Amino acid sequence: MTEPRHASDASAATPDVRADTSDAGLDAHLVVERGTFRLDVALRVAPGEVVALLGPNGAGKTTALRALAGLTPLTGGRLRLDGTALERTPPESRPVGVVFQDYLLFPHLTALDNVAFGPRCQGASKAEARAQAAEWLGRLGLAEHVGAKPRRLSGGQAQRVALARALATRPRLLLLDEPLAALDARTRLEVRAQLRRHLAEFEAVAVLVTHDPLDAMVLADRLVVVEDGRVVQEGAPSDIARRPRTDYIAQLVGLNLYRGEADGHAVQLDAGPSITTTEALRGPVFVAFPPSSVTLYRERPTGVSARNLWACEVAGLETHGDQIRADLTGELPLAADLTTVAAAELDLHPGAAVWAAVKATQTHAYPV
Amino acid sequence: MTRTERRTRRTRRTLQVAGAGAAALLALSACSSSDGDASDSSSSKSDSSADKLSGTVTVFAAASLKESFTTLGEQFEKEHPGTKVTFSFGGSDSLAASITGGAPADVFASASPKTMKIVTDAGDASGTPATFVRNELEIATLPGNPDKIASLKDLTKSGLKVVLCDKEVPCGAAAQKALDASKLKLTPVSYEQDVKAALTKVELKEADAAVVYKTDVRAAGDKVEGVEFPESDDAVNDYPIAALKAAQNTEGAKAFIALVQSAEGQQVLTGAGFLKP
Amino acid sequence: MTFPVDKSGAAPDTLRGGPRRRRVRTGEGAGGRGVPLPLLVPALLGLAFLIVPLIALLVRAPWRSLPDLLTSAEVWQALRLSLVCATAATAVSLVIGVPLAWLLARVEFPGRGLVRALVTLPLVLPPVVGGVALLMALGRNGIVGKWLDSSFGVTLPFTTTGVVIAEAFVAMPFLVISVEGTLRAADPRYEEAAATLGASRFTAFRRVTLPLIAPGIAAGAVLAWARALGEFGATITFAGNFPGRTQTMPLAVYLALQSDPEAAIALSLVLLAVSVAVLAGLRDRWMTAG
Repeated sequence: MTEPRHASDASAATPDVRADTSDAGLDAHLVVERGTFRLDVALRVAPGEVVALLGPNGAGKTTALRALAGLTPLTGGRLRLDGTALERTPPESRPVGVVFQDYLLFPHLTALDNVAFGPRCQGASKAEARAQAAEWLGRLGLAEHVGAKPRRLSGGQAQRVALARALATRPRLLLLDEPLAALDARTRLEVRAQLRRHLAEFEAVAVLVTHDPLDAMVLADRLVVVEDGRVVQEGAPSDIARRPRTDYIAQLVGLNLYRGEADGHAVQLDAGPSITTTEALRGPVFVAFPPSSVTLYRERPTGVSARNLWACEVAGLETHGDQIRADLTGELPLAADLTTVAAAELDLHPGAAVWAAVKATQTHAYPV
Repeated sequence: MTRTERRTRRTRRTLQVAGAGAAALLALSACSSSDGDASDSSSSKSDSSADKLSGTVTVFAAASLKESFTTLGEQFEKEHPGTKVTFSFGGSDSLAASITGGAPADVFASASPKTMKIVTDAGDASGTPATFVRNELEIATLPGNPDKIASLKDLTKSGLKVVLCDKEVPCGAAAQKALDASKLKLTPVSYEQDVKAALTKVELKEADAAVVYKTDVRAAGDKVEGVEFPESDDAVNDYPIAALKAAQNTEGAKAFIALVQSAEGQQVLTGAGFLKP
Repeated sequence: MTFPVDKSGAAPDTLRGGPRRRRVRTGEGAGGRGVPLPLLVPALLGLAFLIVPLIALLVRAPWRSLPDLLTSAEVWQALRLSLVCATAATAVSLVIGVPLAWLLARVEFPGRGLVRALVTLPLVLPPVVGGVALLMALGRNGIVGKWLDSSFGVTLPFTTTGVVIAEAFVAMPFLVISVEGTLRAADPRYEEAAATLGASRFTAFRRVTLPLIAPGIAAGAVLAWARALGEFGATITFAGNFPGRTQTMPLAVYLALQSDPEAAIALSLVLLAVSVAVLAGLRDRWMTAG
């Protein structure tokens, strides 16, 4: 508060979404150095917005979240929430609520007392705190479970109690660490939809951390992809899904991704061959196409345009839902999806030589 | 005594010793060191005129005898080359309990006839115990005697912190006897478990005075000041010494007792503050 | 990934794995029913080692004179003093030992390893030496005791408070070690969760950590209490021996042993019976609750 407002602004990359006119929301440049690892992430989130930090394990997502909560001290950068500097504020004094990965519900307290814990710490009387807690639990559809100890709750219920507990402190910043990771597949679907609804109702800043692209895309308005401690891409989920900028994201969203030099519709790929694309561009570009757009042949096809046709070899096969994902090497390394039946008909096995074709209309090129 | 008999008895005793717990270690060392001279001593038994002594003499002695007996032990070893005197110093009661429990000792020197009686009653002593010294009580005060204590009666002054030995141990019994004889009623701050503990309290200045043995005051040097008191005549402690029936080195035991009672031995003992019997 | 891992390949693999795993489980089950000899023999030996001396005590107990001994006022006085002092020493240990354990388990500070070693020192120190050390620190002439005496007129040796101090000195390490171990095993993230909910570190400790480690604290307190109850060396050295004021049961037992071993055995039995009753009672109420 006494700190100059724009002290270290210059070093932060300016993201495209920014509430220029107001101090409301989160304005953070998180720098945490620990041994050889360095986290350096700039984050601006407007009130009401849900941002997902997406990245592989060890990318620093959780460190970023802990830094926001004050559980890991910043070694540099800044952290401002609704115009208030929080770098030096201890976690208990930050208007921040956290839903931990495994929820960390206090096992000795009932669901009600878990949720009442925050209001109690904020000075509410026992009765007041419990009334508030009951209200939150009711809002999250847990009215019947107020008296249950955490170990009696199902995964989905525990997750909602954790959310209620975090929300009961009326945080200006809600942090969720892998909110769905502890759930089994079936519960996950349901809880994800509920969480989406609750987050949509939340009026302040919400930041969630996940390594699951689906969770990120369903829950967040905007994705910030973190790799090796740095932001590698950020934007709307649909944008990132369509235009991945790193192999990691491409794999996450299930796309084949290449860099190359465009000259009109033809792109000379860094990987070797060239590819014909729908878009006409110039200069360095990314080219992406989904594995499902790849067609495989054992013999060189005759009726197919030769432009996007490559001689490959099957490196590996794995089942992917009801599909087979073929991992190909050769002229162009790529992933191809085909049905089990098709895979059987083609007699695919590791080492088999195949031809892979992609229609130009199914490729997507965009500037680097 | 034939060798077979001896062996049987030893076996029985070893078993007892094994049961005696704390004394077991001691027993092991004593057994192993005296194994070699078992035949020696049985042969010397048949030839009592043999002056040649050898082997280990094990002496159990009251803690207050530590300094003087250690000196005498060295003298003994010098006079009888090839012998070794090992001591076990401790509270007379504990020692008596060990002996009746089967601990291997040749000589027992006790700080009170009462504890010696435990051993003689159990039939473990050989012959009649002899009083070899007497120990007189003395008041140990802080250096310089700041409280001007001159008599047992002075100890009853209020505000004075006095420690006595517990009535169960000889120095406490003696002190009680002196107090009773003088018709004094003394409430100490503590009844200590032995004379050294009582003295330590004065040495550390936690207590203003303690009723202990003259020898202990002497041994403490200038850390305490001794005050003789007239009533102590009523509570002089006799120290009896006896050879033990279970002795493995009977001749050694006799010779050691003789040294203690000799003029030479008495000189060492009176030098430590003991009175002649 | 060089071999085919398609659906038809994966299924037999699972099937092959299935029965094998089941067989292993059956094996373990069979092992669980019979205790292996290499464990059973030492275990029974260990049990005998601990129990036989107690049985010996019972066998040699002077059952005939026991009623007389047990109705003597002095015995009850010593027993009451023992229970009061051991309980007070445990309370002292809890009040200052649990925070100390927390400090050792949760706060990084230079020389923590050394401090931890120092805390356990009373465990290896002969109790009598501990008593002397206490005299030198808290005695009338001790480095702290001198000041206590001159400023407040408080002297601790030869007082019941002195007994409590001596017992706490010897017993507290048991509590600290036990609680620290429990704290280390407890998930520190619960404290973090509490912090994000607005709890200060102290509130988090009081309302979250403390209830979570309650079983460890209870176990440590029981250990400390038992140790305090049997304390002899430090007590007699620091607090002396005066019936009703500082003569606890172990002191009474020791002094009785000097002249009347039978009485000593009887007194030991009383102490034994009371501690067994208390410990068994606590075990049912506390230890299983965790």
